[in-house]
Order: sequence, then C-alpha cells, then structure tokens
Amino acid sequence: MIKHVENPVLEVHDLTVSYARKPVLWDIDLTLPQGSLVGIVGPNGAGKSTLIKSILDLVPASSGYSKLFGDDLANVRRRVAYMPQRESVDWDFPASVLDVVLMGRYGKLGLFKRPRKADREVAHECLRKVGMEAFAKRQISQLSGGQQQRVFLARALAQEADLYFMDEPFAGVDAATEKAIIGLLQEMAEQNKTVVVVHHDLQSVVQYFNWVLLLNMRLVASGPTEQVFTNELLQEAYGGKLTLLTEVSELVQKGQFAAREKQGYRG
Amino acid sequence: MEAFVEFFSLRDPNIRYVVLGTILLTASSAVVGTFTFLQKKSLVGDAVAHAVLPGVCLAFLLAESKNPLLLIVGAFVTGWLSLVVIDTITRNSKIKEDTAIGLVLSVFFGVGILLLTNIQHSGNAAQSGLDSFLFGKAAALLPNDVRAFGILAVLLLAVVGLLYKEFKILAFDKNYAAILGLPVRALELTLTTLTVLAVVVGIQAVGVVLMAAMLITPAAAARFWTDRLSIMLILATTFGVISGVTGSFISYTATAMPTGPWVVVIISIIAGISFFFAPRKGIFFRVRRQMNNRRMILDENILKTFFNLGENDHSFKEARSWDQLLVERHFVPRRLRNGLARLRRQGFLERQSAGWVLTQAGFEKGKRTVRLHRLWELYLTQYLRIAPDHVHEDAETIEHVITPELEQKLQEKLGFPEVDPHQSEIPYR
Amino acid sequence: MEAFWIILTGTLVATSCGLLGNYLILRRMAMMGDAISHAVLPGIVLAFFLTGTRDTIAMLIGAGLLGVLTTFIIDFLHKRGKLQADASIGVTFTSLFAIGIILISAFAGQVDLDQDCVLYGEIAYVPIDLWISNGGTILGPRAIWISGGVLILVLLLISLGYKELYLTTFDPSYAGVVGISVGLWQALLMGAVSMTTVASFESVGAILVVAFLIAPPATAYLLTTRFRTMLWLTVGIAFLTSTGGYVLAVAIDGSIAGAMATIAGILFAIAFVFGPEGGLMSRRKKQATLEESTVSAA
Repeated sequence: MIKHVENPVLEVHDLTVSYARKPVLWDIDLTLPQGSLVGIVGPNGAGKSTLIKSILDLVPASSGYSKLFGDDLANVRRRVAYMPQRESVDWDFPASVLDVVLMGRYGKLGLFKRPRKADREVAHECLRKVGMEAFAKRQISQLSGGQQQRVFLARALAQEADLYFMDEPFAGVDAATEKAIIGLLQEMAEQNKTVVVVHHDLQSVVQYFNWVLLLNMRLVASGPTEQVFTNELLQEAYGGKLTLLTEVSELVQKGQFAAREKQGYRG
Repeated sequence: MEAFVEFFSLRDPNIRYVVLGTILLTASSAVVGTFTFLQKKSLVGDAVAHAVLPGVCLAFLLAESKNPLLLIVGAFVTGWLSLVVIDTITRNSKIKEDTAIGLVLSVFFGVGILLLTNIQHSGNAAQSGLDSFLFGKAAALLPNDVRAFGILAVLLLAVVGLLYKEFKILAFDKNYAAILGLPVRALELTLTTLTVLAVVVGIQAVGVVLMAAMLITPAAAARFWTDRLSIMLILATTFGVISGVTGSFISYTATAMPTGPWVVVIISIIAGISFFFAPRKGIFFRVRRQMNNRRMILDENILKTFFNLGENDHSFKEARSWDQLLVERHFVPRRLRNGLARLRRQGFLERQSAGWVLTQAGFEKGKRTVRLHRLWELYLTQYLRIAPDHVHEDAETIEHVITPELEQKLQEKLGFPEVDPHQSEIPYR
Repeated sequence: MEAFWIILTGTLVATSCGLLGNYLILRRMAMMGDAISHAVLPGIVLAFFLTGTRDTIAMLIGAGLLGVLTTFIIDFLHKRGKLQADASIGVTFTSLFAIGIILISAFAGQVDLDQDCVLYGEIAYVPIDLWISNGGTILGPRAIWISGGVLILVLLLISLGYKELYLTTFDPSYAGVVGISVGLWQALLMGAVSMTTVASFESVGAILVVAFLIAPPATAYLLTTRFRTMLWLTVGIAFLTSTGGYVLAVAIDGSIAGAMATIAGILFAIAFVFGPEGGLMSRRKKQATLEESTVSAA
C-alpha cells in the first residue's frame, strides 16, 4: 500500500542508501502531501533515522534522489527544519538553552551576521511554546533528558520552516510533555506545515499521525493512517527481516560492488 | 658495503649487543602494541612514551648517575602515573579522553624538558648522553644496558605468552571476557603495565618522542595482512625488528644520526607498502577488485544483450553485428570492443563474418544473467512492494551479485515463477 | 625588558593556541592538534632549507601545506585504507615528524635549526632577535610581530566565524542541514591550527605547543559553562602560564617553554581539584548533597 499524491511537499524517488557499501534502505519511493503529520514507524534497525538523514543529505544516497517542495534541498534549506536525536550531541558543551535555540536562526542569518533582537524574540517565543521559557539562561548540562528534548524542539521551531523532520522527539520525555509536544505538532499541521516524525511507540500512532510510513529496510506502506495502520501491514513490517535481502546486502558489501552501476559506466 | 658486512656479520661483540638489544626492544613494543592497537588505545601509548621523560630525569637527579636500573624505575613510575592521571581526569570530570591524553602527554613532557635542561645547565659531567633518550641512540647501547633492558623485554614477552588467550579475548570483546568470568580489570591493568614496560624498554633505542610509532605502526601494518591474531603478532614483531635493526645500522654508520627517526621512517615505509599492496585489504587490491567487478558486469551485460536479441527474434544461433548490439543497449564503444575480444578469448563468443555469435557456454551465461534479473525484479515487486516500473535499475546491479546458492533460495521462495513483473518469460535451464 | 618581551611572546603564543584549542577539545580533536603540531616539522625544515633563511612567510606556507596534507593523509588512511582512527593519526604524525628530524640531522650545519629548537624552542632568544626595518629603525623583537600577527588572524577567524564555528562544533549535522558547510569550517580551523603551530614553533618547539593548545582551554572548560567566558578565561590562563613559566624557569634554571608547559599543567590541576565545574571538590559536594537529599527523602 503505497499511496502517491499530486504536488507533494516531499518526493523520494527510488532511494537506496548504503553504509560502507551495504544497502540499508532499498528503493524507497514515496510522496507526502502538504500539511500532513507523518509518522515513520518500523522495528529497530529498519532505517527510520537513515531515511530522514538521507533526505537531508547527511548520509549520501547510493542511488535515487529526494525533492523537497519540488526542488533540491540546497535551494530550499530555509524552509526545512531538523530535530536530531538528543544523543547526537555532547550536553556538556558550554552553551545555554537560549544559545542552542538561537542556532535555529543561524541558517537565516547568513555569513558574519550575529543574531539580532528579533531573532532573540523568536527564540524566546519558541521556548515559551515548549514550556521552557524559564530555563532560557540555564546551562544545557543541567537539563533533564526531557528538557533537552524540548530545547531541541524549540530550536527546530525557531527555524520557522514549512517542513520539519524530527528524529524520535518523544524519546525520554514524560507523558505530560509528550502530550504538549504532539499538540504543538498538530497545531503546526493545521497551519499547513508538514511534520515528519520518527516514532517507535505503536500505541500512539493512530492518535498522533494522519499519515504513516511503515519501514523495514524497504518501504512497506505509505498512506493515510487508517489505511496503512492495519494488522496485515504491521505484521509485514515487523515480521522479521527479509533474510534474502539481508544476504544480498552483505554480498554487495563483501564484493565491493557499487550499489548501483554508475550511469556513465553502463556497459 | 664494508660497514654493512662488518655490522651484519656480528663479529664485533659491541655490535652483537646493539643488534640483540634492538631486536628485544622492538619486539616487545610490537607485541604489546598489537594488543593496544586492537583495543583502540594506540594514542595512550604516545602519552606514556612522552611521560617517561620526567621519570628518567628525576631518577638521574636523585642518583646523579645513569644507572640503567634506576632510570628504568624512574621511567616506569612516571609512565604509570600518566595513565593514572588520564584515567582520573576522564572519570572525574567532563574532560574527554582525547583531551586528557593530549594534556598529560604535553605537560609531562614539558616537566621532563624543564628537568632535562636544568640538568644540562647544572654542568654535571655524568649527564652527557641523557638526551639520547629523546630520539634514541641504539649504537650507544652498552652491555650493561642491554642486560637490564633485555631481561625486562624477555619478562614482558613471557607474560604475554602466558596470558595470550586472556588478552586475546580482552582485545576482541571486553564484555564477553567479563561474562566468561575473566578478571577484566586485573587483565587490563596487566596490559597497561606491559605497555609502560614496553615503552620503558624501547626508549633507549627509539627515544621518547617517537616511541609511540613503535607501538602503533607495526601493528597497523600487520593488520593489513591478516585477520588472525597469532599471525598478526608474528608479522608485527618481524616488521618491528627489521626496522629496529636497520635503524641501528644506519645510526652505527652515520654516528650523527639519531636512531629513532630512522627506525620510524623504515617502519612507516613498511606500513605504507602494507596499506597499498597487502593482498585483500590493501588499497590497490581493493581498487583492482572493483575494476574486475566492473569488467565482469560488462561481460555479463554483453552476453545478456546477445540473449535478449535472441529472445526478440527467437534465434540464439544468429550472428549479431556491432550496430545491433549498440542499438539494443547503450554500451561505451571502447568498452564494448574490449569486452567482445575478452569474451571471445574466454570462449563465450565466436567471431563470424556477420558479427559475433554466442557459444553454448555464452548462451548459458547470458541466460543466467537474464534469469537472475527477472527473478530479482519479481522479488522486489512481491516482497518489497516496489512498483514494476521501478525495479529494473536495481535488478541491473543485483543480477551480477547473486551467488548460485542465493539463486536457488530465490527460486524456491518465489516458487519457480514463469514470468517476471513485465510478463517476460523467466528462462530456466 | 628582556623578561617583558619573553612573557609577551609567551602570552601571544599561548593565547592564539588556546583560543583555537577551545574548538579542538570540544570537537574531540585534541589529538589532531597534537598530530598537526608534530607533522608540520618537515615543512618547516624544507622551507628553511630552500630559502636559507628564517623567512616567516616561506615557513608558514611550507608548514601550512604540510598541515593540510596531514589531515588529508589521516583522512585517507581512515576512510580509504580502513585503518582505525587513532592508529591513522599515530602512524601519520610519527612518520612525518621522523622525516623532519632526519632532515634536520642531514642539513645540520646548513640550516640554523637543531633538535633542541624542535623540542623546546628558543623563546629565550626572542629579545635579541630584532626586526630592523630597511631604514634601520629597530621595531622590536621579530617574534612579537609574528605571534602578534597570527593572533590577529586567529581573532579575525573566531570573531567573523563565531556562530559558524560554534554550531559546527556543537552539532555538525544540524549545521549541515541549515546550510553551514562543516567541511569548510573544519578546514579553516585546521589551517589556523597549522599556521599557529608554525608561528609558535620557534618560540616553544613542536611538542610543547600541544600543551599550549590543550591545557589552557581544558582548564577554562573546568571553570565555566559559558563558551564566551571560556574564551576569555583562556586568555587569562595564557597570561598566567607565560608569566609563571618565566618565573619558574629563571628560578630553577631550565627551559622556559618547558616551565610554561609545567605551569599550564599546574593551573589545570588546581582547576581540576578546586574548580566549580566538574572539579573534584565540587563533585564531592554535589554527591554529598545528593546523598543527603536521598537520605532525607527516605
């Protein structure tokens, strides 16, 4: 069940991603409608984070491409926001909460320019949205896991983008915070912004998202939640690895093949 | 040449001492270095090496002589201390390990330099030669030194020999070692002690500044030749000894030259050769394998094209012209020419007046490639839910990768299907 | 006056190194600093040999190239050669440094450079090595001009690229997404480190420069949780290191650079034991309060 849409906000075309030549995502082909709140769901090691990292050019694609707003990422960076996993940075880093949120403004500032008063106001506003206003001056090393998560969320919000990618925003937050965050995301989707979330809690999928991607090394399904979130498709996504696919991945790696023949070498 | 004969004939007892000493020194650092390399703690050795300098100087200041035993004790104490300090800093503060290593390395060395210059300025006659600890002077090894350092080296090698099995598991998987009930902490402590010992033993020949290379480089070079620890140890030791003996020969002939840098340059050359030319893991070998792959892919694609042409007009025995091939598939002409010639040599094609024709072997091979292509396309549509118009590209690669065993599995999994997603017939034997 | 010039040179060198070192230790690249400072040696010697003088520009170019080459080789061995990162660093810088030492020995007599200079520099000679203009005016010690010039460049880099360096250090992948080139800023930083190492080389030698790169920022890191404060503290610590080092060296008659490294280590030790941020004492106290609160909660 892979549903394609007209005028997608995100189009992923035949994307294959490899780590050390070993394909970890095979032929992902999907489109997402604007204004949707999308959950990427799948077992551990399914390649959920890899998919958004590849869309954001943080991990190179072996083949295929992604288009955001019908354009290359380089041309639309200002409309795209990212919230990485909390563990991806060192929280002993000498920075205050406000410093981190202000980083969300850097992309808009351009070279040599310092954040201005207006940027600070945006940052404070974003902190207020995530309920962290009182912590603006706090050092990030003194935050709890859930608070760190909210700071990262505020930073992504400060980008004032139209398309948001969030890698496990609910990991390690308490129930109240999770509720507040999802409320915020739903509100954004209502304003026609698109939010793509890597999510691992199956219980809350139906309640949270209106579009779901089921992923397990390949795209099992993509479409409106009620059509995709079925027992049958879930079983397919979670029903163990495709051993044959894994074996072929390993062969590709061992034989040092390029995951795709380059077009120029087409022999 | 004369010097060469004189040195390597080992007639001169002094030279014998130097060579024996160098062999023991370099062998012990290569052996210990292999384990620290596998534990990914190579740079810790660098810190220890620099940190023995203040110990050597302090021992000299206390004893006012270059008694090898005292120098060894002094070096050992500060070498050990540096590891304790690194450990304390990383455990008890937000400082990360790389910073702690760099900090300890440079500060200990700074203290050493301060003491050394202080000794030099004091005008004590006994101090001359103390600075050979900086860059090493194998040729200056005295029988006394060789005895002291040699005993230490033998002791060290014996401990490694006794604990070989335990160290192996430790280097391979620390957690697994703990599960097996090995005293991991004690073993690590032993290994660190051995690292310090190896450094202490090696500095006489190589010097503190470049000692790290003797721990890291032989192991790094050996790693490119083998996956087995025992062979890796033998190779690392051999590499270390070769560079050590050659280095001391150079320092013997050119007395102004410090030994350490030469030893390090030689081991680096050995390492460079290993990085590039070692079978299987060397860079050239991997590049060549990729080229072979590309060639194999080209050959299979040519045969596949012949098969496709045969399918189109139901005749596999017909000769195909150059133009026909190029129309069927976008080959690079130069590559196609080479490929055709190669396939003819290998007996997959025959040259006829009208062009080239498949032999029986070529027919089978082309058929297999087409079969794998179509099987994989079917697999992708059935199991990966990829639309039929998106599977061709992927199959273009995978058709060259699949082994006969996987082919068997693929056929069974798909139930020996008749046609691919585009309704083309899948050719079986 | 002599003391003044030496302490000033030491402070300038330690400040340039320390400011860049802040980024190195936060990027977990402290050992890259170590590697570059060793590996630029053959570049220095060759530039020395080719020009026959201590022409600073030639040395900066020679060593700058070597610095870039070093990062390239390490990257090559790691990525293409599949050699683990720590060993790539170790193999690369030891071999280049060894070549440098051999070159010095081979050109001994032809170049005004010796092993001692490599090991601990010649900061004691700073006051007598004067820069005299073509008109004959004495413009003060040459080393002051060189290290001062380098410090200005370093200051330019970190003030103009403040937010870029800050973000690429804290969260490189996020920087990439918002369109800040991680590779470019990494290259600029490494280029600055190479340049600073070379400029400091004559004063403190190739190895002790590592102490200047790492110890002051590591100390500052223990004293604050604010990045700007950390930078300012580094400057203060650089001054203390330089002054204290000079006093110590005079007191016990030893290498000034060695004494400066020693003082840098002592300052770190003090911060480590008594510092408010992650110092041993504060950790003890935190632990104690934590235990108290758990006890009272129980």
